[in-house]
Amino acid sequence: MRSAVLLLVVSLCTAVPAMAQLADPPVTVNEKFSERIDIGISTNEIAITSDFSGADITVFGAIEGADELLLATFAYDVVVALEGPRIPTTVRRKERVAGIWINRHSIRFEPIPASYSMSSTRPLPNITNLMELASRDIGINNIRLVPTGGVGDGSRLTEFRDALRRIKQASGLYQRHPTGVQFISKALFRAAVRLPANIPVGQHEVRAVLYKNNQFVMEKVIPLRVVKTGLEQFIYNFAHNYSLAYGLVAVLLATLTGWLGSIIFRKD
Amino acid sequence: MTIYLPIAELSVNIFVILGMGAAVGFLSGMFGVGGGFLITPLLIFYNIPPAVAVATGANQVVASSVSGALAHFRRGTLDIKLGLVLLVGGLAGATVGIQIFSMLRRLGQLDLIISLLYVVFLGSVGGLMLWESVNSLRRAAQNKTVSLRKPGQHNWVHRLPFKMRFKRSKLYLSVIPVILLGFAIGILTSVMGVGGGFIMVPAMIYLLRIPTSVVIGTSLFQIIFVTAFTTVVQATTNFSVDIVLAWLLMIAGVIGAQYGVRVGQKMRGEQLRAGLALLVLGVGIRLGLGLVLPPDEIYSVVSGSFGF
Repeated sequence: MRSAVLLLVVSLCTAVPAMAQLADPPVTVNEKFSERIDIGISTNEIAITSDFSGADITVFGAIEGADELLLATFAYDVVVALEGPRIPTTVRRKERVAGIWINRHSIRFEPIPASYSMSSTRPLPNITNLMELASRDIGINNIRLVPTGGVGDGSRLTEFRDALRRIKQASGLYQRHPTGVQFISKALFRAAVRLPANIPVGQHEVRAVLYKNNQFVMEKVIPLRVVKTGLEQFIYNFAHNYSLAYGLVAVLLATLTGWLGSIIFRKD
Repeated sequence: MTIYLPIAELSVNIFVILGMGAAVGFLSGMFGVGGGFLITPLLIFYNIPPAVAVATGANQVVASSVSGALAHFRRGTLDIKLGLVLLVGGLAGATVGIQIFSMLRRLGQLDLIISLLYVVFLGSVGGLMLWESVNSLRRAAQNKTVSLRKPGQHNWVHRLPFKMRFKRSKLYLSVIPVILLGFAIGILTSVMGVGGGFIMVPAMIYLLRIPTSVVIGTSLFQIIFVTAFTTVVQATTNFSVDIVLAWLLMIAGVIGAQYGVRVGQKMRGEQLRAGLALLVLGVGIRLGLGLVLPPDEIYSVVSGSFGF
């Protein structure tokens, strides 16, 4: 098994550069301004170990070419968001039918970030206007939720969207820290982003957006991978790639455990 | 102390899982049932996705029924021929059940059907058992002999064709009702994640008039194979067997069962049946309330494979 794990790790490592290039989206810049934002994290991979109970990651960044005077008057704002992999998501609504509560209506949405943890220098409404935020998918309330297929009675759409955001927030997958970004020196900032214990595995993105006097300046994105490690990864891959063998191993393990139990505790 | 479940994809408290396994093991040892009907709802109460709870429950029952069937085999209270006939129906039923399970999951009604089946079966079986055991407790108090099986008395089941002789059970019986019973339990195994002992045992005693002494061993014997089959099929079609979760439950369950058996041996048969009836009814009522009472959140979100 050890060699299998090793092999797996090696194949993962070789796959990384190609994936990172693929996932690295182009940097968006407003050419009107000369300022640039840059960010970095200490790791490009978060490992979920068997005792994983969430993690705090710190994103460091700098504003290049910032105007000293504007910095002093807090004219620059930074929003840092960690977005999880995009997954098609369905919201279902229970209704009482013949005395029992059953799922009656459902709306399926285009892939949305499975998790979203955001930090900013100030509460979002103080940074810029709603239209600007919505156009860039910034903030829990501005993540685009586009229904797919037949919505049926469209009047319920708002309710379903609110419910989705509410449940995501209640489960800790969507979080916001309106004062989580702090300037540590003139142009250097630090953003604390919290990863919940139930963080989905896959390709995440750290997005940093710079605003100057309520106007968009630049957006920078770097990838962050969340992976299961060691045994967890091995079991997951085994269960999905060799499901028949996995099922047989599960049965064998149960048979052995039951047999050992009856031998150890045999009374006669 | 938390442990990350690789298939359920969430972190759980290891002591809660071990405690659940031990408690269910204790009760299953005491009452001679597999315990699947307790473990699956408990896992769902603890926020394990229902699809994972059902498939993992089936895997856990393999361990407890192997343990139990071996004990019965040594004591000679296991009718292998009868078990094999039940198994024919059981495997067919499990195959059909898996299809139903996958279909319900696509429709988004899996949780509802699982809960409804539990309420219906636990409610009716628990109610019948309670009725029967209270009656025999009353008769025992009046010093009358207690007998579940009335020899010489035949019902419609015994007039069916394709009869077969089962030596150990001292029975000459049509294979049709045996296969049908196995088939029905097979469906329940894959849809509910239970072994089905709590339905199988009363049905064998009251419907097929099989001697009580061989019933538990024989039902455990065929449950091993049906739950093993279900585990493999769930693993290949729904990828929902969590081996880490199942193993923790098994270990605690096998140990808990030993203490349960000791306590069970000190109690009288009618008391045991009444206790089991109350337990079965209790779980049924708890699940029934969950369906009827207004939920805190009427919306639910499903993303990825199992949702949350």
